[in-house]
Amino acid sequence: MNPEQNHSTNTGNRQAATSRQEVSQQQIQVEAKDLGERASYDPHYIRIRNYDFFYGATQVLFDINMDLPERQVTALIGPSGCGKSTLLRNLNRMNDLIDGIRHNGDVLIDGESIYHPQLEVISLRKRVGMVFQKSNPFPKSIYENVIYSLRVAGGRRKSQLDEAVERSLKRAALWDEVKDRLHESAFSLSGGQMQRLCIARAIANDPEIILMDEPCSALDPIATGKIEDLIHELKENYTIVIVTHNMQQAARVSDRTAFFYLGKLIEYGETQQIFMNPKNNQTEAYVSGRFG
Amino acid sequence: MFRGALDNRIFVALGFFQPNQKKSMKRFFDDELNTIRSHLSLMGEKAIEQLRTAIKALIERDREAAERVRRNDDILDELEVKIDEEAIRFVGLRGPVARDLRLVVVGMKAGHDLERVGDEANNIAKRALKLVDEQPVKEYVDIPRMAAMAEEMLRDALSAFFDGDEAKAIDVCQRDGEVDKINKQLYRELVGCISERPSTTTAAIELMFVSKSLERIADHATNIAEEVIYLLRGEDVRHTKEVSPD
Repeated sequence: MNPEQNHSTNTGNRQAATSRQEVSQQQIQVEAKDLGERASYDPHYIRIRNYDFFYGATQVLFDINMDLPERQVTALIGPSGCGKSTLLRNLNRMNDLIDGIRHNGDVLIDGESIYHPQLEVISLRKRVGMVFQKSNPFPKSIYENVIYSLRVAGGRRKSQLDEAVERSLKRAALWDEVKDRLHESAFSLSGGQMQRLCIARAIANDPEIILMDEPCSALDPIATGKIEDLIHELKENYTIVIVTHNMQQAARVSDRTAFFYLGKLIEYGETQQIFMNPKNNQTEAYVSGRFG
Repeated sequence: MFRGALDNRIFVALGFFQPNQKKSMKRFFDDELNTIRSHLSLMGEKAIEQLRTAIKALIERDREAAERVRRNDDILDELEVKIDEEAIRFVGLRGPVARDLRLVVVGMKAGHDLERVGDEANNIAKRALKLVDEQPVKEYVDIPRMAAMAEEMLRDALSAFFDGDEAKAIDVCQRDGEVDKINKQLYRELVGCISERPSTTTAAIELMFVSKSLERIADHATNIAEEVIYLLRGEDVRHTKEVSPD
């Protein structure tokens, strides 16, 4: 994904949006094929370097070093309080809203530090979308939920907004279920649909990265299956970082898995290796349900 | 033979009780894994007993022993089915990963190998029954030697499994070539016997089959040892120089 292209769309550049509309289905297929044929994506897309993080005097992350590859799913696992959600929320600086936080080290996305003094946090959050444990649609219609951020950014043109709604809902695998009721309240949706609506809302911003904090923990197995299939499809276009307590889910959806314990990164590797042949005994005990 | 020490050994084999490491929590499903292991232990004992009895029947021309081997083959078949049922149930209900998963897979494969050992012992017993009334081709030297080597390999492969002893498992694999050599050598000798004394043809052919069965038993012991290495290391070493130097 070209960051410049995203930027132009995000700022409501009409020309870019129109040209995007004109891209034929055929071109999209060619692009997808090209992407598929690319030998590999940037394996160091997100770089976390010597990263410590503190809530006041309490240090919750210790010297984290890891590289997250582009357009792959990375799962963060570990017992409650191990720091995985803190790390996830720091990737778009959500924790900035908490008093008394501080950090050492750095996080780079596509080579740019997320702590660069010139960087606006708002623009970072456009690049790095987030989906929470509990779906949190706004008390608005389905349509307005999806284009909420575009409206905030000044988007007015109906055709552009309509296109964004359709594209985002299609990508979130929700379009067919809601296309005839776009102007009904978002609260009329089921739990799983609401979560997919939140994913559509995150996608509408055209982010590069989607952070998911236990996105299925409140969903039934059918809705969970749909979200997992969606994650699998979304990684074609987005880099996804997911926090989950469900080991089977991490094994199913992720390409790489990182195990955290007491604020430290214990083991990080290909998901298959972590679940088939972990090198660390603590990882082994955790993934096989014997940690305690 | 293995069951007594099983409970103490299981976590050593699983690699959880290592020095300076925090002990892992015991889970309710560990008992189910123990059941698979104890059935495998029982299969190992039975398979070795079948082999010993079949060889005794051959050498001592003991018809009753040979028939006992044939009757007891069902025990191994039933144990194999039990292990498969328990393993499939465990995969379906417990979602094992890492060593648990490898243990279940290795349990099924080793169970199959031990069942095949039982089949080969059964074959030897069949040959022994045919040879009871035949004139001896030659003095039994190589057959008991091969049988002792194959039995020792089986015993070591199984104890490598229960003790989590990788070095012992590698050693078993490396001994397989020796049994193969004796099998080939015996084959040549028996062919010589047939040309020199055509009256021994029937008995010599039966002994060739016995020799082949022993060679196959050593192969199954090697398979189990390779499976043990996979269980402990998480790495498939089959067909590598480490386990087949030849």
